[in-house]
Amino acid sequence: MGGEFIEEADMDVLPSMWPDDIGNEARKQFNMERPGVNRDMLEDVTIKDDPSVVDFKRLLELTSYSEKGSSQLAYLVKHWEYKHNNAVRLLNEEINILSKQRQEVELKKLEILEEHRFEEDSYAGSKRSVSILEDACDIWGRVPRRRNDILAYSRKLAIDADYDTVMYWKQRAMQLDKMLEESIEREHILTQKLEENIKDLETQPSPVEELSQILKRADNFLHFILQTAPIVIGHQDKELRYRFIYNHFPRLEEEDIIGKTDEEIFCGAGVKEIQDFKREVLERGSPAKREFTFDTPLFGSKTFMIYVEPVFSKAGDRIGVNYMGMDVTDQVAKREKMAKLREEIAVQKAKETELNRTIHITEETMRAKQMLATMSHEIRSPLTGVVSMAEILATTKLDREQSQLLDVMLSSGDMVLQLINDILDLAKFESGAMKLEATKFRPREVVRHVLQTAAASLKKELTLEGHVADDVPVEVIGDVLRIRQILTNLISNAIKFTHEGKIGINLHAVSEQHPGCQEQHHQGLTPVLPSTRLAKKNSSETQSYIDRETSHCSTCQERPDQNSNGKHHLTNEDTEKHNQKYEKIVWLRCDVYDTGIGIPDKALPSLFKKYMQASADHARKYGGTGLGLAICKQLVELMGGNLTVTSKEHCGSTFTFVLPYKVPLKRECPDDRDEDAAISDSDVTTDYSIDEKNGSFIFKPRTWGTLFSSDESTVCKTKLSGSSMLDTLDSSNGLSESVSFSSSDCTSRTSVDGVSPISDATKTLTELKGPVQQSLGHNGNDFRRINRRDEGCQDSRNGFVMHKFNSSIMDSSRTHWISGLQQGKMASSKGVNMAESGKCVPTCQSPRHEKEDNKSKCTSDRSSFKILLAEDNKINIMVAQSMMKQLGHRIDVVNNGLEAIRAIQHSRYDLILMDICMPVMDGMQATRLIRSFEEHGYWDASVSNGDDHAMACPDSLSHGPDAGRCRKRIPIIAMTANALAESAADCLANGMDSFVSKPVTFQNLKQCLQQYLPC
Amino acid sequence: MLGLGAARLEADMNRLMALLFHQGVLDEQFMQLQQLQDESSPNFVSEVISIYFRESEKLLKNLRSLLADRECTDYTKIGIHLNQLMGSSSSIGAKRVRTVCLAFRAASEHSNWSGCLRSLEVLEHEYCYLKTKLHELFQMEQHRVMAAGARYHPALS
Repeated sequence: MGGEFIEEADMDVLPSMWPDDIGNEARKQFNMERPGVNRDMLEDVTIKDDPSVVDFKRLLELTSYSEKGSSQLAYLVKHWEYKHNNAVRLLNEEINILSKQRQEVELKKLEILEEHRFEEDSYAGSKRSVSILEDACDIWGRVPRRRNDILAYSRKLAIDADYDTVMYWKQRAMQLDKMLEESIEREHILTQKLEENIKDLETQPSPVEELSQILKRADNFLHFILQTAPIVIGHQDKELRYRFIYNHFPRLEEEDIIGKTDEEIFCGAGVKEIQDFKREVLERGSPAKREFTFDTPLFGSKTFMIYVEPVFSKAGDRIGVNYMGMDVTDQVAKREKMAKLREEIAVQKAKETELNRTIHITEETMRAKQMLATMSHEIRSPLTGVVSMAEILATTKLDREQSQLLDVMLSSGDMVLQLINDILDLAKFESGAMKLEATKFRPREVVRHVLQTAAASLKKELTLEGHVADDVPVEVIGDVLRIRQILTNLISNAIKFTHEGKIGINLHAVSEQHPGCQEQHHQGLTPVLPSTRLAKKNSSETQSYIDRETSHCSTCQERPDQNSNGKHHLTNEDTEKHNQKYEKIVWLRCDVYDTGIGIPDKALPSLFKKYMQASADHARKYGGTGLGLAICKQLVELMGGNLTVTSKEHCGSTFTFVLPYKVPLKRECPDDRDEDAAISDSDVTTDYSIDEKNGSFIFKPRTWGTLFSSDESTVCKTKLSGSSMLDTLDSSNGLSESVSFSSSDCTSRTSVDGVSPISDATKTLTELKGPVQQSLGHNGNDFRRINRRDEGCQDSRNGFVMHKFNSSIMDSSRTHWISGLQQGKMASSKGVNMAESGKCVPTCQSPRHEKEDNKSKCTSDRSSFKILLAEDNKINIMVAQSMMKQLGHRIDVVNNGLEAIRAIQHSRYDLILMDICMPVMDGMQATRLIRSFEEHGYWDASVSNGDDHAMACPDSLSHGPDAGRCRKRIPIIAMTANALAESAADCLANGMDSFVSKPVTFQNLKQCLQQYLPC
Repeated sequence: MLGLGAARLEADMNRLMALLFHQGVLDEQFMQLQQLQDESSPNFVSEVISIYFRESEKLLKNLRSLLADRECTDYTKIGIHLNQLMGSSSSIGAKRVRTVCLAFRAASEHSNWSGCLRSLEVLEHEYCYLKTKLHELFQMEQHRVMAAGARYHPALS
């Protein structure tokens, strides 16, 4: 309150005396409109009954004691005083002016009267008494000329009469009279005005009224503003008792609040805090703001923003606090919600970033894996080049040191290749590209093959054993390659970490419900139980054989027969029984155990991790990348099984994996059984003795000691005699083959070992004693039989066992064959020798000489023989044709064995050159058929059927005189692509007379032909 | 001048042949082929070789396609093809090709797919080398014959 009120003084007086800005800053706090202007503004507003509760006594105290209150009041009073002083002053001034004028008028009147007297006296005297008047005349100048109406005196008196005449004076007097009258009149007006003013003054309101009016107006405004504001305003004294409170939503009566503290009024959360806060402000003496959340039974849970300021007395003592509170519950709620949202957004954002990073990493990883795969591929290609070239190099003539170096090179190359393959496998796993295939296979064969392979490359004195329980189905369906990979990996691991003792595989079915096993499995298994029980008995027996380790042929030979009989029967029966209903699933548990260094407990958890080995020390000592087990585990898991390990340090470890397999629905015809076996046969190692019983295999390091000590039975004697026979035979031949012979000798020993009880074997032995040629023939037949993978081995009695022995026979017979062949060569034909020597000295010159010789010879005995060439290779045909031309023989060319037979049926040949490998019918078969015809006089059904027309008339009829010659043995010379002894043996066994090894050289051919063609 | 050129070409040919023999690309069987060439069949060697190339290319193509799919590779067929290739290679004395074939066949007998593929790569490489070298040789031979004029000499006469 200030400046504006000054204007209210409706008097135009020296405004410069009162500067506009007189108040302190506080004055702006209470700005109001002038009540006169828009008075009715507040009239529209209904101000509800006063919600504020006031302790008036306290207010009075405050106004008188508190600095702020008194200054405010003093200000109001000062203002009022000023206003009225001003009015009084103005009135006084007016009065002064009026009285002065009146004095002047009276003076004038006197003067005029004197003048007149003097004028009259002037006649009598000339005394001038006007000396003072001269001054008086100037009085007008001193009067403020503010009001024009008062300046009537300046008017000039116009008198027409001549000066000093009577007329003049009369006129003059009249004029003055008039002036006097005017003056009096004016005086009267002024007096009236004064009176009015005084009256006016009386009507002015008292200061208290005015003050209270102002206050009321301010109060009204405040109420108007605050009427709906969620605000609480209050004042509390030093003890924090309420003295004043304004609350728009009063819940409590005046008596409930005034004179009480917060704590006395309310209870609940936040009350004590606000009390403490107020106290703190009071003590500190500086205002403060804080937010409080109340939870009182009175108004529920609300949040208030509280402002508290201390109030001081004039002496500077604290006498209380003012406080203002505003309900900010909604805002706080909103704010909290906002914060929460913001937090959520932040979390979301963080998640997003994380996700992006993960995606990025994943992409990066994928790319890396892709890279790895590509790289591996890129590395592999040139590496294969290196390895292959090294392999080729290995087939060339090398001295010992070179071949040793080459061995290292090859094994290193293979290792790198293996590693890259492993990495590729892993990459495949991780990209999910690994696919499994389901093929039928025989778990027994897989186990045996893995062991055989391991035994073949074994460089330590270790016993490898395998045991397949009888409850394992003969055939199951699974990814045989992968299973083999797992087994091979585990076995090679075992070998790597085992220095002495044994390594083995145990394979058996698990009958208990395996976790993850399907219901189907359960259904399938339960009915099998009786048979499994029976089988288990068997398996325990076989197990005991292994335990004894040294196997006695005489005892074990019979039992497996029984066992296998019984087993076959059983498996047949139950599989058939169940396959009608279900596709059975069987869980096979495979233990790969060793007596190696074992794995420390602390290394077990990381064992199956990539690139991890039990310790860095091991890695150094044993090498390897640590990928093998990781791959095994992943493979096993991919197939739906699990791989575990138990180990004891320094005692050995056992890796166990359990896998589900389907059992094929259809019983297989036993034909393809030997396919696996045949494959494994090809890998038969001669370094290890193989003891095989029903379901169990033992590969023992072969030592003479064990053989001799353990072999006590008569059978073994036979065996010994047999081998000694071989030796004598060998020595009698006087060949330099003794080294190779002795190595094969042991194979034959093993074979004899096992076969002895079977009549076949004794026959073999006796035949060994007989003429070499005959034994060759017999063995050759044996060999053929195996090679062609038919009958023989499949009599269920002997099963695989028999098979194995057969292959051994094959080996031994082969050996004899070679010796026999060489003998034959020595005895009969030096041509072969010559052929070999010719091959050994490949010079450019010598053939030329020979050729010239030949030419002369050929021309001399140009008896022109007719030769049939059965050959499918164009190049070979061309070469042979060219050679025959040079030799001067006529030649007919056919492309396969069947055509050759047809050709023979139609015309006569002096000699047949027969390629072995030909489509449709190979050379061997063709030769056999030809020989058979020569022997019996009629063609085999298979051939005659093929050519009924030609056969309709027998040879003897169609070519009468030739018939006899047809019956004569046509020399058949084989052309073998690989001059290996076995195919040479085959050739002779099949009735061929000789063979030329390919590539056919002019020399060889000529020499060969010379033997059979009468020159 | 012509005679000199022919002599030089002949020397070049001999050098190349020596190199091929030394490298083991060819062996004495190639000599056999050359011996079989005479007046009655003046182009015997080149005829045989060109047939060889034609046949081999077919075989290589077949081998490549047979090995295309790891899962269903017919190893028996591969074996047959290889026997063919081996037979003809040994007949012309392509020693190195033959050795690679041997390795290849060993791999196929073991149903070793990756080994087969490896061998095939080497085989193709060897085959290409042989082909280039023999082409070179025959070109020289041609030039030599041309340089020697109408007079024809059998390769090794």
